[in-house]
Amino acid sequence: MSNVIEVTQLGKDYATAAGAFAALKSVSLTIAQGEFVAIMGPSGSGKSTFMNLLGCLDYPSRGEYKLDGENVSLLSSDALAALRNRVIGFVFQGFNLLPRLNARDNVALPMLYRGAGSGERKQHADEMLAKVGLAGLGDRRPNQLSGGQQQRVAIARALANSPQLILADEPTGNLDSHTSDEVMGLFTELNHSGITVVLVTHESDIAKYAKRLVRFKDGEMVYDGHPEGGL
Amino acid sequence: MNAFAMLAESWRAIIANRMRSFLTMLGMIIGVAAVVLMLAVGQGAQSAIDETISSMGSNLFIVLSGATTSGGQRMGLGTAPTLTMNDAAALAEVPNITAAAPVQPGTAATVYAGNNWSTSITGVTPDYLQVRNWAVASGFAFTDADVRGAARVALVGKTVADNLFGDENPVGKTMRIKQSPFTVVGVLEAKGQSLDGRDQDDVVLVPVTTAQRKLFGSQFPGSVRFIMVQANSAEAMPAVEKEMNVLLRSRHRIAEDADADFSVRNLSAMAEASASATRIMSYVLGAIASISLIVGGIGIMNIMLVSVTERTREIGIRIAIGARHRDILLQFLLEAVTISLIGCLIGVGLGIGGAWAVQKFAGFPVLVTPDIAVLAFSVAAGVGVFFGFYPARRAALMNPIDALRYQ
Repeated sequence: MSNVIEVTQLGKDYATAAGAFAALKSVSLTIAQGEFVAIMGPSGSGKSTFMNLLGCLDYPSRGEYKLDGENVSLLSSDALAALRNRVIGFVFQGFNLLPRLNARDNVALPMLYRGAGSGERKQHADEMLAKVGLAGLGDRRPNQLSGGQQQRVAIARALANSPQLILADEPTGNLDSHTSDEVMGLFTELNHSGITVVLVTHESDIAKYAKRLVRFKDGEMVYDGHPEGGL
Repeated sequence: MNAFAMLAESWRAIIANRMRSFLTMLGMIIGVAAVVLMLAVGQGAQSAIDETISSMGSNLFIVLSGATTSGGQRMGLGTAPTLTMNDAAALAEVPNITAAAPVQPGTAATVYAGNNWSTSITGVTPDYLQVRNWAVASGFAFTDADVRGAARVALVGKTVADNLFGDENPVGKTMRIKQSPFTVVGVLEAKGQSLDGRDQDDVVLVPVTTAQRKLFGSQFPGSVRFIMVQANSAEAMPAVEKEMNVLLRSRHRIAEDADADFSVRNLSAMAEASASATRIMSYVLGAIASISLIVGGIGIMNIMLVSVTERTREIGIRIAIGARHRDILLQFLLEAVTISLIGCLIGVGLGIGGAWAVQKFAGFPVLVTPDIAVLAFSVAAGVGVFFGFYPARRAALMNPIDALRYQ
């Protein structure tokens, strides 16, 4: 099985008044195609920094990160944008839908930046909405949808360009437990279809859905293994 | 990202903040309308002046005879009989002079049927029509033969024709000037007002010899009040002026240190001065109006900066899911340009409407040429790009992590 993510001695420093602060010290990790990984850790543990690096939203200070075989440090920010657009689907805690756009246009947004035509965008967006169980709700605005529905729209958007990897940052943080279970069911389903899922959470119940657990503490990886052993 | 989709995005953003977009546009609308109106008024004044100048004739000099002294009082230029028909003939031979037309003006009452009309009777040669760039609307001009024979023929101006003959065609009719009968051989084309507001069409032209001998008898036969001289180009005028002075001084036997008994004036230079004053006025008006365009542009920049800040999170999302620098830059730039161009379109409409109203209600001459609209349009697009660029660049250069975290 090929590796989607290959991280070697990855580190990230932030400049502070007291000098450089290593938010992430040195992390090595590989995630293979089709894995379902949960990342946990207290705040300040470096897990958000790690997710930002995985998501190609930030450049590492040290080490090497290969996403889909490409060395991210060597790419320009426009090339990174294209890589994110093609390989990664993002799901955020706060859904992060554009309030002015209806559900269909929100889902179609990544296709727009890929350069897809309007007919293809509309058709494919409706397919993706049906896939997450929101068939027929394409014309609703985000504020006309429940929290769970909004997160499903966000997942449909993440799926729009058929990514290999879905990065989810606390995807159930704003949802009640029932809706959380539904959303996690959806992630599990997607994972069964072959998509690699990496999610950050602080809830053990959510982490149990994953097949592999990674724990961070003080900028270092402290556990990497089966969820049962790390909770 | 294709252009149409981008335009739709911009339009959606503009519509989402209708009131704000409209107020921002208002700045552009007022600026563009002011520029269009001012340029229209300026061009209108310009074209009115140009018309007047071309009605006067081009590259013109006027040579006035000297002043007489009567009982210790000097009577003013043109009162002494120092210029003659022969002077005019001699001037016509000077290189670069196309024509020299002697003129003997006077005033007299004219009568036709039951109508009478007091007007200026100007004694001229056929050259006068060429120098003044004046055409005959109906009938024919009189000829050199009429001048030699001091014939009783007349060309009437439009005003005289209207007042004396009414609806009748004056050509071939006999009118009376100072009791003597004159045959009307033609009607002059209408010229309108001169630079100083006189009606140039209120005139009757007769052969200069007829004026001298039969209408305004003078004790100095052959003398004329002034000579109108036309040079063949504007460039030749300074040299021609010098030559005329030399020629006339020698013909009049004037010692080198004595005052001349004539004076040469460059009419075209005077007209050019008034035309350039008008041109400067229209530039100044346009410049003042374009200040309001700049203010409008600053309004756009201001609102775009607010919009970029407000939409920080949106920008973060777009960058995260794959928007490149230029996608974001173009999105916001297009928004600024769209606001600017719509404002400009409305402004051009308002400006043209305003120009029409000025013409209709204030009686000011205005002229709206297509290049005014084209100019206003390209300036507005330029303003949109110039003032939209900084906010758009700020949006494009945002750090996606910070932008996504923005509340």
